[in-house]
Amino acid sequence: MAADAQHPLDLFGIDGLLSADDRDMRDTVRAFLDAEVRPHVPGWFEAGSVPVRELAPRFGELGLLGMHLEGYGCAGTSATAYGLACAELEAVDSGIRSLVSVQGSLAMFAIHHFGSEEQKQEWLPRMAAGEAIGCFGLTEPDFGSNPAGMRTRARRDGDDWVLDGSKMWITNGSVADVAVVWARTDDSDGSTVRGFVVPTDTPGFSAPEITGKLSLRASVTAELVLEGVRLPASAMLPEARGLSGPLSCLSEARFGIVFGALGAARDALEVTIAYTQDREIFDKPLAGYQITQTKLADMTLELGKGMLLALHLGALKDAGTLRPEQVSLGKLNSCREAIAIARECRTLLGANGIALEYSPMRHANNLESVLTYEGTSEVHQLVVGQALTGLPAFR
Amino acid sequence: MNIVVCVKYVPDAQSDRSFNEADNTTDREGVEGLLSELDEYAVEEALKIAEAGEGEVTVVTVGPEQAVNAVKKALQMGAHKAVHVSDEAIHGSDAAATSLILAEAVKKAAGDGTPDLVITGMSSTDGVMGVVPAMLAERLGLPQVTYASELTLHGDKVSIRRDGDAASETIESTLPALVSVTDQINEPRYPSFKGIMAAKKKPVETWSLADLGVDAGRVGLDAAWTKVTSFAKRPPREQGQLVTDEGDGGTKLAEFLSAQKFL
Ligand SMILES: Cc1cc2nc3c(=O)[nH]c(=O)nc-3n(C[C@H](O)[C@H](O)[C@H](O)COP(=O)(O)OP(=O)(O)OC[C@H]3O[C@@H](n4cnc5c(N)ncnc54)[C@H](O)[C@@H]3O)c2cc1C
Repeated sequence: MAADAQHPLDLFGIDGLLSADDRDMRDTVRAFLDAEVRPHVPGWFEAGSVPVRELAPRFGELGLLGMHLEGYGCAGTSATAYGLACAELEAVDSGIRSLVSVQGSLAMFAIHHFGSEEQKQEWLPRMAAGEAIGCFGLTEPDFGSNPAGMRTRARRDGDDWVLDGSKMWITNGSVADVAVVWARTDDSDGSTVRGFVVPTDTPGFSAPEITGKLSLRASVTAELVLEGVRLPASAMLPEARGLSGPLSCLSEARFGIVFGALGAARDALEVTIAYTQDREIFDKPLAGYQITQTKLADMTLELGKGMLLALHLGALKDAGTLRPEQVSLGKLNSCREAIAIARECRTLLGANGIALEYSPMRHANNLESVLTYEGTSEVHQLVVGQALTGLPAFR
Repeated sequence: MNIVVCVKYVPDAQSDRSFNEADNTTDREGVEGLLSELDEYAVEEALKIAEAGEGEVTVVTVGPEQAVNAVKKALQMGAHKAVHVSDEAIHGSDAAATSLILAEAVKKAAGDGTPDLVITGMSSTDGVMGVVPAMLAERLGLPQVTYASELTLHGDKVSIRRDGDAASETIESTLPALVSVTDQINEPRYPSFKGIMAAKKKPVETWSLADLGVDAGRVGLDAAWTKVTSFAKRPPREQGQLVTDEGDGGTKLAEFLSAQKFL
């Protein structure tokens, strides 16, 4: 980088908006990832496997797992710090950020928020330390955007519950020690959705891994098969009743994605700016052409605007006033702009852009998943549309 | 066990380091500074000792205002308290003066006595003299065991392993002692989030030369025994020579290497 060239987010003076603690935590995550994780990612992506069991305890040591939760071995940081950590993780790879999101914001959050004291004591300290891995099963083969249609059933048998059904596209599914599974109950007081804390060694539970992915290859994805999985009454999450339970977990994870996706975009952009400065085309650096600079300026502008929105949402969350439709604004914007940036970066790299050695296309491929999971862009448009008009247009 | 670790705030070795045009001292304005990487090993070793038994770790730094960031990092890693010696008069101090200030600060930090153990890095990453540990031990009247690649405590003794070119020595000393450690001794931890948040509440004392009873005339650039009289930036590396292989690439390479007297 030329001596007087600035980093994209420095143009926006982002660091000045952060508290000293949040900045120190971000810098620590960045230093840790650069030294310990980043060098391995292309290899994991190519192999389509990632050593979750080795990474989790290292993440646990730093305090990354369930970092913004209070007590039970969790660090209890600000929501903004959590967002910034997600950005650093995803600047390395969306799959690595997914591991942390699912562990902290989906599995741990569900137990922390809706669990009994016993469930919290049993699982949270080990999950925070990365000794136990969690997954979160909501999506089914036939029900993604509309989880209300789920077919997985929880049937009462005496005091016990018996679960039957299947879940699809479950991150960390085949490496998890515990699965938070959402199922429809046929209870005497009517049918509703309830959450269950399922140890994955329970008879009848299996989790075949999904292979052949073109996206999020450095992340474990599995199907959950539940065949007569018998659980004691104490396995139910007592405080979650209805779809609002899993949806509030999703809102937590989405908040992390608002920052995370921008991390991937930032990395793609930094790699690309450096590349265009080095690459000579028609006798001068690619960075010196107006078309290149137009692209770089536009991408930087979207990245910075996205980060300002993310930090604003972070401030709202830290103040305790963040609403779900506001998270939708951020998820929609960050994912949509990040994937556009990663793809545009790819064009500037020419043929090198399709090589594993350069991150932009890997980020772009990963962001296809990020655009889809945790609510597709279309679903978030519908959430925002409903907030604006008062008219639900989902069906 | 009462442990004092001496650490230095240095310009980031990754960035473009330079000298101050006015007085040829290290430029600390134009570049980001941080806790010297080599001192992280000293902090880590002290924390390991403290965590294995009863112990308190105090970190001491001598340096300009921003140098407080070096001890802050050590507190985030887990040190218990910190001392920052800061005084205009210290600017430009050489190793001898630095060790004088450090010695007084270490004694004061130990409640006007001597700590059980003083740990330092093996050298700073900016000055790279590597003499301060020895000078400090001398001033404190402590046995000096330097360049430790392993440290073990037993009773009132400390033993270290020093890896030399010809042999690995095991050296034992009574406590209290001063030990300088190499980058082979351990794997410094990253500060955890809990550590970062807890560090804010840990005590950092700021002392001046007067607080330490050190005469300002004995330190600083004017009192330095050696001075940098001039500096010139190394010229940037010239572009290498491209050899195009037209079937005779091997011969051309051999010719180049023998012209450079490599062959
Ligand atoms: C890599 C990966 C990891 C995942 N991890 C998890 C996990 O850990 N846990 C979990 O529970 N799930 C997980 N998911 C599943 C994810 O949440 C779902 O894929 C997502 O909710 C979309 O559901 P679907 O795939 O069934 O798409 P569909 O719901 O079938 O959507 C197909 C298309 O229809 C559009 N659409 C949907 N509804 C409407 C509407 N009302 N109006 C107009 N258009 C609409 C969508 O936007 C989309 O374009 C993961 C997915 C991926 C790819």
